Amino acid sequence: MSKLNKISAALMLLVWNGSVLHAWSKTIRVGRQFGVINIKEAIRMSAAGDTILVYKGVYREGNIVIDKPLVFKGIDKPVLDGVNKYEVLSVRSPHVVVDGFHIKSSGQSSMQDIAGIRVYNTHHVTVRNNLLDGNFFGIYLQQSKHCVIEDNRLLAYGKAEHLIGNGIHCWKSDSLTISGNRAQGHRDGIYLEFTTNTRVYRNVSHENLRYGLHFMFAHHNTYTFNTFSSNGAGVAVMYTHHVHMQNNTFKDNWGDSAYGILLKEISDSQIENNRFSGNTTGIFMEGASRIQIKKNEFRSNGWALKIQASCMENQVEANNFQGNTFDVATNSSLVLNTFDKNYWDKYEGYDLNKDGVGDVPYRPVSLYSMIVERFPAAMILFRSFMVSLLDRTEKMVPGITPEQLKDTLPAMKPVRL
Amino acid sequence: MKKMIKYIIADILRSRIMIAYTLVLLAISFSVFAIEDNPSKGILSLLNIILFIVPLVSIIFSTIYIYNSGEFIELLVSQPLPRKTIWLSMFAGLAISLSLSFLAGAGFAILIYAMSATGLIMIATGILLSFIFVAISFLASVRIRDKAKGIGAAIMLWLYFAMLFDILVLFFLFQFSEYPIEKGMVALTALNPIDLSRVLILLHIDVSAMMGYTGAIFRQFFGTGSGMLIALIIMLVWTVVPLGLSTIRFNNKDL
Repeated sequence: MSKLNKISAALMLLVWNGSVLHAWSKTIRVGRQFGVINIKEAIRMSAAGDTILVYKGVYREGNIVIDKPLVFKGIDKPVLDGVNKYEVLSVRSPHVVVDGFHIKSSGQSSMQDIAGIRVYNTHHVTVRNNLLDGNFFGIYLQQSKHCVIEDNRLLAYGKAEHLIGNGIHCWKSDSLTISGNRAQGHRDGIYLEFTTNTRVYRNVSHENLRYGLHFMFAHHNTYTFNTFSSNGAGVAVMYTHHVHMQNNTFKDNWGDSAYGILLKEISDSQIENNRFSGNTTGIFMEGASRIQIKKNEFRSNGWALKIQASCMENQVEANNFQGNTFDVATNSSLVLNTFDKNYWDKYEGYDLNKDGVGDVPYRPVSLYSMIVERFPAAMILFRSFMVSLLDRTEKMVPGITPEQLKDTLPAMKPVRL
Repeated sequence: MKKMIKYIIADILRSRIMIAYTLVLLAISFSVFAIEDNPSKGILSLLNIILFIVPLVSIIFSTIYIYNSGEFIELLVSQPLPRKTIWLSMFAGLAISLSLSFLAGAGFAILIYAMSATGLIMIATGILLSFIFVAISFLASVRIRDKAKGIGAAIMLWLYFAMLFDILVLFFLFQFSEYPIEKGMVALTALNPIDLSRVLILLHIDVSAMMGYTGAIFRQFFGTGSGMLIALIIMLVWTVVPLGLSTIRFNNKDL
C-alpha cells in the first residue's frame, strides 16, 4: 500500500468514527450564554454517552447526581458550590468522566461522609483536573473498580482531626489509578481501606492533619514517585501485605509520633529507592515481617529506623544512612532481622583489603538511643561529653545494646542509588 | 580604663600560653573540617572540643593570670584609681583577649567551612563561654587567697560544669523519670552554661530528633526567637552575677 493510501485510509476511519460518535451522542452546553443554564436540567436532557460542557460560572444546585455514562466537563473551571450543606457531585453510573471543575464547600457532618465528589458502587469512572477547595471529604470512592483519579488539587482547611475528612478516600475498591494529585489540609491526604490492586503514583500529599498516606487492609498496591511531606504524623500503613513502595519521598514529618512511614503488621513488601529526610522517625516498624528495605536514602532524620522486637525476617540492605541523629533504635535485644551492605556515615572501621567493604562489623544501635527510648527527656543530654563517653564504652564492649544487631558488610562509600 | 584594658590585652596576647591556645584551636578545627567531608559533621566533632577546651582554658588561664598579677594589682590599687575600674578592666582584658584567640583559632575555620546559622551560634556560644568562665574564675580567685587552692578550685569548677553536672542530671532523670520532668529539665540546663550552649547548637543540628516527645517543649523554649533571647539573657546573667559578686568582694578585700 502506498503512503497516500495509508493516509486516506486513516482519514476514512477517522471520519467514520466521528460520524458514529456524532450519530450516537450529542453535546450539551451549560452556561448563561446558552439555552441551558442549569446542570441538573442538562443531565435530565442527556442520554448515555453524551457530553455535557459546563461553562464558566458559579453553580449552586445542591447535590448533583450523575446517573448515566456522561462526559461531564468544565470549561474555564466553573464553580460547583455545595454552600456548606450538600454533597456536591455524586457519581452513580459507570463510564463517567468528571473533568475540570472547581468544587467547593461541601457540607460537613460527623454522621455522614460528605464529599466533594463521591463515586458510588460503580466502575470506570475518571475524575481529573478538578480543584476541590474546602470540602469535608475531597474525592470519595466506595466499592468502585477501575477508576482513575488524576491531576486533581485538593485543598482543605481542617482545624482538628475529627472536623475534617480525607482528601482521596477509597473504600472497598479495586484496580484504581491515583496519580498526579495534590492533597493539602485534609485529615489524611490519601486513604485506602480494603482497596486492592491499586497504583498510586506522582501524588503530593503535604500539611495534612494526620497522615499523608494511610492504608489499611489494602493489599497488592503499588506506590511510586509520591511525595509525603510535613504531615501531622507522616505516613501510616497497617494490616496489609504485598505492598510496593518505590521512589517516594518522605520528608519533614516532625513530632512525637510522626513517622516517615509507620509500618504496622505489614508483610511481604518492598520499600525501595525511597528518600527519607528530616523526619523525627524515618521508618517505624511494628509487627512487620518479610519486608525488603533496599537502596533507600535516610538523611537528617532523628531516628532513621526504629525496629521493634516484634519484627522478623526483614532485610535492610544497601541503604545510605547519612546525618541521622540515631541510625537504628530497638526496644529489645532480640534481633530477627538482617542488616547488610549499608552505608553508615558513623562507621569508624577500616578496609584493609580495599574491596569497599568494612572489615569490622558496624553496630548501628547506640547505647544512648536505648536510653532515650526509655527516658525521652534524656535527649537534653545528647552529645554531651558524658554521653559520648558512655557510647564509646558500649561500642567497645556491647552490654546493653543488642550484640547481634550489626551490619557485617558495611559499605565504605555511599551506595550508588 | 581603656588604657589599662589595652595594656592587659597586649600583655596577654603576647604570652606563650595564649599563642599555644590559638594555635591548638586552629589546628584542631582545620583538621576536623579537613577530615570530615561534610561540614555539618565537622561542626559536630568540633562541638565537644569547644565545649570542653574553651571553658577549661578560660577558667584556668585567667585564675593563674590573676594570681600572677597580684603585685601588679597591688601597684594599681596604690594609684588614685577606683578598685572597681581596676577589677573590671582586668576582666575586660582577659575576656576580650580569650575571645579574640577563640575567634582566630576556631571562628576562622567555622566561618570558612561551615558558614551557617549553626556555625554562627557556635561562634557566639564560644565567645559567651569565654566571658562566663573568666567571670567564674574571678569569683573563685577573689575568694581564695592561696594560689594552689585557687587553681584547684578552678579545676574543680570546670570539672563540675563540664562533666559532673551531666552525671547529676542523668541521675536525676533516671530517678524521676516517672514524673513530668520536661520543664524541670529545661530549667536544669539553665543552671549550666555549657549545657545551655550545647542544647542551643543541638536544636540546630538534631532538630528532627529533638522534635520527638519532650522535644516540643525544648523547641518551644529554645527554638523560637524569644527562647533564643532568653538563653542569651541567661548566659549574660552567668557572666554578670559572678563578676558582680567578685567586684563587691574585691572592693572590700584586704589585699
